[in-house]
Amino acid sequence: MSLNKDGVLTEREGFIKYGSCGGDMKCGGESLAGAVSQRACVYCGARVVLNPISDAYHIVHGPIGCASYTWDIRGSLSSGSDLYRNSFSTDLSEKEVIFGGIKKLTAAVDEICANYSPKLIFIYSTCIVGVIGDDVESVCRYAESKYNTRVINVKSPGFSGAKMQGYKAACDALMKLMEGSAPSGAAGKAGGGVSVNILGDFNLAGEIWIISNYLKEIGVEVISKFTGDSKYEEIIKAPKAALNIVQCAGSMTYLAKTMEDVFGVPYIKVSFFGVDDVCASLLRIAQFFNNDEILKKAKALILRMSPKTKAELDKYIPLLRGRKAAIYVGGGFKAISLINQFKELGMKTVLAGTQTGKKEDYEIISSLVDSDAVVLDDANPSELEKFMIQKGADILVGGVKERPLAYKLGVAFCDHNHERKYALAGFEGAVNFAKEISESLNSPVWKFLRQ
Amino acid sequence: MLELTPNEYKERKALRINPAKTCQPVGAMYAALGIYECMPHSHGSQGCCSYHRTFLTRHFKDPVMATTSSFTEGSSVFGGGSNLKTAVKNIFEIYKPRVIAVHTTCLSETIGDDIPTIIGQLENVPEGKYVIHTNTPSYVGSHITGYSNMVKSMVKYFSKNTGVSNGKICVIPGFVNPGDMREIKRILKQMGVPFIMFPDTSGVLDSPMTGKFEMYPKGGATVEEMQDAGNSSCVLGLGETAVSAAARLLGKQCKIKEHILGLPIGIEATDDFILKLTEITGKPVPEEIEEERGQLVDIMIDAHPYYDKKTAAIYGDPDTVLGLAEFCFSLGMIPKFLITGTPDPSFEIKGKELFDKFGAKDGFVKHSADLFELHQRLKSDKVDLLIGGTHGKQIARAENIPFLRMGFPILDRYVHPYMPMVGYRGAMRILELLLNVLMDKREADAADEDFELVM
Repeated sequence: MSLNKDGVLTEREGFIKYGSCGGDMKCGGESLAGAVSQRACVYCGARVVLNPISDAYHIVHGPIGCASYTWDIRGSLSSGSDLYRNSFSTDLSEKEVIFGGIKKLTAAVDEICANYSPKLIFIYSTCIVGVIGDDVESVCRYAESKYNTRVINVKSPGFSGAKMQGYKAACDALMKLMEGSAPSGAAGKAGGGVSVNILGDFNLAGEIWIISNYLKEIGVEVISKFTGDSKYEEIIKAPKAALNIVQCAGSMTYLAKTMEDVFGVPYIKVSFFGVDDVCASLLRIAQFFNNDEILKKAKALILRMSPKTKAELDKYIPLLRGRKAAIYVGGGFKAISLINQFKELGMKTVLAGTQTGKKEDYEIISSLVDSDAVVLDDANPSELEKFMIQKGADILVGGVKERPLAYKLGVAFCDHNHERKYALAGFEGAVNFAKEISESLNSPVWKFLRQ
Repeated sequence: MLELTPNEYKERKALRINPAKTCQPVGAMYAALGIYECMPHSHGSQGCCSYHRTFLTRHFKDPVMATTSSFTEGSSVFGGGSNLKTAVKNIFEIYKPRVIAVHTTCLSETIGDDIPTIIGQLENVPEGKYVIHTNTPSYVGSHITGYSNMVKSMVKYFSKNTGVSNGKICVIPGFVNPGDMREIKRILKQMGVPFIMFPDTSGVLDSPMTGKFEMYPKGGATVEEMQDAGNSSCVLGLGETAVSAAARLLGKQCKIKEHILGLPIGIEATDDFILKLTEITGKPVPEEIEEERGQLVDIMIDAHPYYDKKTAAIYGDPDTVLGLAEFCFSLGMIPKFLITGTPDPSFEIKGKELFDKFGAKDGFVKHSADLFELHQRLKSDKVDLLIGGTHGKQIARAENIPFLRMGFPILDRYVHPYMPMVGYRGAMRILELLLNVLMDKREADAADEDFELVM
């Protein structure tokens, strides 16, 4: 292993490219041993997808760490139960690691069922559970038959892949839930009427409420949400919807495909980030139903919101024009939306990276950015640092681990991840985004930095 | 919030709800960051490393660098030895640290990776560079145990008595913020005591803004300092749970006298600390320190009507909770509940000693406890003040109790990593924050006619 002229690990070269130049992008590989990877594990992926289900008992089966690091950090808002904001775990100790954790897990489930009336329990099997060989499925069967509740094993040993495999584990758990609990009746196109499920929105800062309101306004019923502000009763009805709309494609395309196969619910990909994406997505949903009334209402909504939002955004353009953006986010689809949003604001994306982007995503990304922009998969902090400096980025859009790095470089920052505090989706969100970007970029605090 | 929590307390044997601890590796990672030019290395799945870095970043608001062995299915079957060897090679080549501090995880412990043997087989460790390790199975102890173990390993790997005394004392701080470590050093300098301190995260996790990202910021104890620690006249461990093991090991390994105190939180524990320093060194207490103590007492007297006889519940790490509890007692407050998630039977013994010392009859102290239990107990026995890390905020809101954020982790406020809670200055800061939350609450609840300008 060695460094190339850009100071990048030679083994990492294939994961980095410049805009539209040269060959296919490598992605989705395993992180290198010894790297300061920004990447998380299978359990992390499963947990972030399922955690927003607000009335479920999420029991983390393993030593305490996996539970404590994921305790109420998701930023998903709930209109009902706040059960999901608690941390449940088996807090395995040495004794259980030697003799097996099944007894403790069973007792933990018993303690929940004896004191509360759970409708739904998820049991997350972490790294160690796979290694010590606990038969978690047997506990699920035992508890389901004894307590008349759904108990679902989420197979998520951290070592079995990256976050992406965790999304899949979560989607498998959701399928299991729907298949075992769905009320009978016509499903999918056959009997769904004008209804959708929203997939891949986690209701950060209340974003799913914004989108649900749009859909309500144009006459589309939202049956279920995956998984922002969702509840057991709602999720099991999901197979009855006529259409799945998929926002976070990275985490939920797999579920959408499986639901199409099993329940016959078709899906389309949408994005509610940025005015153009919001408008296009609303029209696509309306067109799917092939219903003049809905199309009329969608157009009316767009006509009412789009011009005034664009007028709002235009106010920010003088404050933002020509500034350079770096993007490092989870999924490829979000990166694409962000590049478009920056364009709308007169900004240029000089670096775009994702943790879980796919080949197709990288193709689109490369076609959207200038030829000298850097595109990278699973970047480490050194690469981010190097390319942000090299490209003269003025602002970074990323998550919690990237924030202090950006600040240390004197680069402005916008959290487009779990810790966003203002909704960034929808027309309202587009304005919030511009405002947040502008506030960070134009804050007086940067003036005090001695170069 | 937290409608889930029933009023009635029921014993739980298996289910942990809302823990007051986290796992060993994050404590080991934090300790390792207190070495200059050190790369902490997590030997396990990449998720562990990512979580620990995120967790520390959320508390310290600074970049946290650490590497991972990136375990796969294969490593979990065949062992992680080759991952570790590859990792070490890569880390020295790419990130160029002086020290790699390896800690284990539940996974690598369970599959039985023998780290000392793997380290022994390492080729290509560059001259003058080091790979050290500690075992931190996540299913034993807590983050405090992990901190303790990593500090012990620093002693084990580095400290030697060469037979020539350096005339310094070696100070080992417990699990505290960089602001505390900075304050301990300030006090030692004020006292004119030559010292070596490790670990030392000041200058690492409270580093200044320079416009440059430093993989290894200026702070941290150097390898030479840790080696020379064995030539100190004695070692002083501050925090019985977190560092007594390391202090004792240093004492034994290098045949120097060991002293162990609690964290110097509040007036009495700081008195003990200062007196211990004068006892060890024979140096008098300088006027500046007398002045600071006098200022603290002055504030305590000025403000006492606002905190006297207020009851409190305190949770968090053992040494921190006991320190804060003693300070509350000194103020005339009544700490009723002392809770730690860390498994540590001595916490209960020391808590009871405190209750006895201050004549508190119905105090409740428990180790291996969780915040759900604390919440249940508070429902039937309400207190005037809740003290601890961020995770208590839901309880504070649900029960309408003023909330003082102190300890680890604090995920929802700023500035705390830079500021001390130890020493007389730290006590003043605790008092200011404590009075602010109590007096803000009093004013928020006050009827119009009772809302006064002067307090």
